[in-house]
Amino acid sequence: MQMNRRQFFKICSAGLGGSSIAVMGFSPTAALAEVRTFKLARATETRNICPYCSVSCGVLIYSTGDKSKNSQGEIIHIEGDPDNPVNRGTLCPKGAGLRDMVQSANRLKWPEVREAGSNEWKRISWNEAIERIAKHMKADRDKNFVAQNKDGVTVNRWPTTGFLASSAASNEAGYLTVKTLRALGITALDTQARI
Amino acid sequence: MTNHWVDIKNADVVFVMGGNPAEAHPCGFKWVIEAKKNRKAKLVVVDPRFNRTASVADYYAPIRPGTDIAFLGGVINYLLANDKLHHDYVKAYTNASFLIDEGFKFEDGIFSGYDEAKRAYGKDTWKYQFDKDGFAKVDETLQDPNCVFQLLKKHYSRYTPETVSKVCGTPKDAFLKVCEYIASTAAPDRTMTNLYALGWTEHTVGSQNIRCMAIIQLLLGNMGMAGGGINALRGHANVQGITDFALYAQTLPGYLSAPTDADPDRATYLGKRTPKALRPGQMNFPQNFPKWFTSLCKTWYGDNATKDNDFAYDYLPKLSGASDVLSIFNSMYEGKMTGFFCQGFNPLASVANKKKVGDALAKLKYMVVIDPLATDTSEFWKPYGEFNAVDPAQIPTEVFRLPANLFAEHAGTFTNSGRVVQWRWKAVDGPGDSKDDTEIIAALFLKLKEMYAKDGGAFPEPIQKLTWAYAQPAKPSPEELLREINGKALADVLDPKDPTKVLVKAGDQLPSFAMLRDDGSTTCGNWIYCGVWSQAGNNSARRDPSDPSGLGQTLNWGFAWPVNRRILYNRASADLAGKPWDPKRPVLRWTGTAWGGNDVPDMRPDAKPEENVMPFIMNPEGVGRLFSRELMAEGPFPEHYEPFETPLDKNPMHPNNPKATSNPAARVYKGDMEAFGKAKDFPYVATTYRLTEHFHYWTKQSTINAIMQPEQFVEIGEELAQEKGIKAGDRVKVRSNRGFIRGVAVVTKRIKALDVDGRKVHTVGIPTHFGFKGATKPGFITNTLTPFVGDANTQTPEYKAFLVNIEKA
Repeated sequence: MQMNRRQFFKICSAGLGGSSIAVMGFSPTAALAEVRTFKLARATETRNICPYCSVSCGVLIYSTGDKSKNSQGEIIHIEGDPDNPVNRGTLCPKGAGLRDMVQSANRLKWPEVREAGSNEWKRISWNEAIERIAKHMKADRDKNFVAQNKDGVTVNRWPTTGFLASSAASNEAGYLTVKTLRALGITALDTQARI
Repeated sequence: MTNHWVDIKNADVVFVMGGNPAEAHPCGFKWVIEAKKNRKAKLVVVDPRFNRTASVADYYAPIRPGTDIAFLGGVINYLLANDKLHHDYVKAYTNASFLIDEGFKFEDGIFSGYDEAKRAYGKDTWKYQFDKDGFAKVDETLQDPNCVFQLLKKHYSRYTPETVSKVCGTPKDAFLKVCEYIASTAAPDRTMTNLYALGWTEHTVGSQNIRCMAIIQLLLGNMGMAGGGINALRGHANVQGITDFALYAQTLPGYLSAPTDADPDRATYLGKRTPKALRPGQMNFPQNFPKWFTSLCKTWYGDNATKDNDFAYDYLPKLSGASDVLSIFNSMYEGKMTGFFCQGFNPLASVANKKKVGDALAKLKYMVVIDPLATDTSEFWKPYGEFNAVDPAQIPTEVFRLPANLFAEHAGTFTNSGRVVQWRWKAVDGPGDSKDDTEIIAALFLKLKEMYAKDGGAFPEPIQKLTWAYAQPAKPSPEELLREINGKALADVLDPKDPTKVLVKAGDQLPSFAMLRDDGSTTCGNWIYCGVWSQAGNNSARRDPSDPSGLGQTLNWGFAWPVNRRILYNRASADLAGKPWDPKRPVLRWTGTAWGGNDVPDMRPDAKPEENVMPFIMNPEGVGRLFSRELMAEGPFPEHYEPFETPLDKNPMHPNNPKATSNPAARVYKGDMEAFGKAKDFPYVATTYRLTEHFHYWTKQSTINAIMQPEQFVEIGEELAQEKGIKAGDRVKVRSNRGFIRGVAVVTKRIKALDVDGRKVHTVGIPTHFGFKGATKPGFITNTLTPFVGDANTQTPEYKAFLVNIEKA
């Protein structure tokens, strides 16, 4: 019988309710309405991967809502994916705390700037943030771009803005980042792979 | 990893050194327990601390931090002296028989060609002898005094058990016991897997630590075998992928070495990177380099990359010299940088010498932090008492902080340590106005593109012409990006043997990198990932966990690079005739017409055994290297050098040659040499480590992890505690020559004092997860203490062996 985890939970909760009801002689139809199903049975299940160490354990993320338009899902539980051949459903003390990471009180929610010499953050819009950063980048690139080295070899590099890239980013984000940075001519580029 | 996580269960001996998987990679470590339970495998651990991996080991030996080469050199000597070798493997599959240049010398710790002023080697003598056809000369009897085998014997004959014990502080009987376990896998049907992590890499001799293990595994014939290999237990869930995609300066995606000032044009560039076979009949797979590189150029610049403009070669920046995290911060410290981006990276906490890093950031005009969390780095300008003693008014850097989404909030792939690429699905939206990393990069790039189109500026061509064929330019989707990475045929790809036959139709996704061409007719954003999204669809999303071989290969789960191969060098799992060395764990065999078995062959499928095509196809030699030619910075054989901060003031292997005290080829910047401490002021060896409840500087932001391990502690042995009058629970202050931290003293039996070269050496263990931002108790950053010097090849900082003093706070 083919059954996903959600169906399994539904059947289990219904089954448990049904059997005790029969013993007590109640009408199954009325009694079934009284039985609470597991919360996870109503949750949306999404397969993902723990972002911590390189075992890259498969995880099942349970969230409220059904991903319909304008519904705001909230993660209620994260556990190991039993199908994943590497972790086979297990998670370690790091991974077991994943929900608290996603819902950390220190999550950033909007762009901010700390002006030169200031001692505080100021909230700004994405438009302002992107505009101001791009202006800085262009000014520096136009000023310090090296088209040729002192021997006259074409080198086309921009050595004065650096970039440290994330090892927690996906391959796709990493690829887009490196493609873009190389096009800009950035050479001061490194990643957590080294440290 | 040359092998993969589940394959650990196939080992007979699991040798863990330079790692602590029971705590740092617990769910991967279960496969060690499986091996113990089901195969009666022996777990052997060598570490400065009796950690939790050691606590379930069959045998544990202690070692002084930073002396791994002395220990492993001793193992090499033991194997050679006691004839514990897989003879047929060594003779056929390694460069043991190759003859080395007669000018090659090693004297009192220094190899031939050393230039002390430059702290670098001229490597003219670190090479093979060649015959008139340009092939390396060999002596199959292994008797020539200049053959690799004899040179190896001579080099490591100095690493006697007595010397090992003197340098490492490991008791001689413990060292010999470890050797016996390792040597038991010289039998063709026994294998050892090696698991290592940052405990090997974070030294100024880090790369050579790993080279030692490569030599050992080749001598034992354990490469390519199920349950064998050299297995790096890497950091983040996608650190492997980000390395593969070359988010660092020295390479382009797929480990294509990046162009430098010495490569003025495409022909010169390709010429230097396209090797000729060094022995007759070898695959010499890197001869395909031009196909991989040209396909990348076509991916990025499409119709703007043509034969006439060298496929847009000049659009790629050329590298002028060092470009790694230490050199970048040094250059920033010297005031040579204007701007800086940290994408999901917390360098104030994770880079050596926090003071220098903070001072460097204060010299920038602008800094941009792209992160899901409020990191310590993003607030380097903000005073946090003695944890971060700065004055914001004196720091002119403009700092932007952009909220990025976390793993649960976007789709795409991660590549695990075993090279398996797996698709992830998005669960929920990120909080507030946060965005995906891809959207943030796209927004910055498109804004710059618009500004250059409007106002012009320095060399706008590569920006204007970069391929950006995404349905929503501001939101490139992970599906579009993975298809682009895989690559497609721009014109029909024809069979070179029969040009009437079309292998891939124009417009189709490519099935493998065998289809890549150097004439501009194919694209591929990263050749080693070619096949991940073929015409059949997204192979990274495959979820069939079936394992017919029982070896744990799960060939239909996700996609492993390259070409879904699960065990690298797997041709070496069979003898010269193609018969598996161990018939009970066969990975590959010659079926009479082709290579087949339980993995994708790491060999031309129709290469008959009698053709003598050797298994290490990525080496132009075709064989594994016991002698690494000119490829390493500090020598073709690993030699023991002391950490830059040594408790001994000299190298006990070369006591009279100060040039050979520490790695002679390591780069040390001005000011950093002066910042090294001496044993008379800082008598204790310190080593940083990780806790099972925390992940780097990340989980300190997470409530449950902060509850489990709430604050900085410092671990010392009972003997040192008694000497210093420190009791468990006391507050202690730990100082290095670069700063101090405070923490709670944890006194254990896990770190013992060692007898090293006639003196007692104590080790102080310092967990590395804390800082002034997060849910944990605000505290110091451990890297306040660590030295700003790295491995001579990789520039990975020496976090694992430096000097401190300790006192009650």
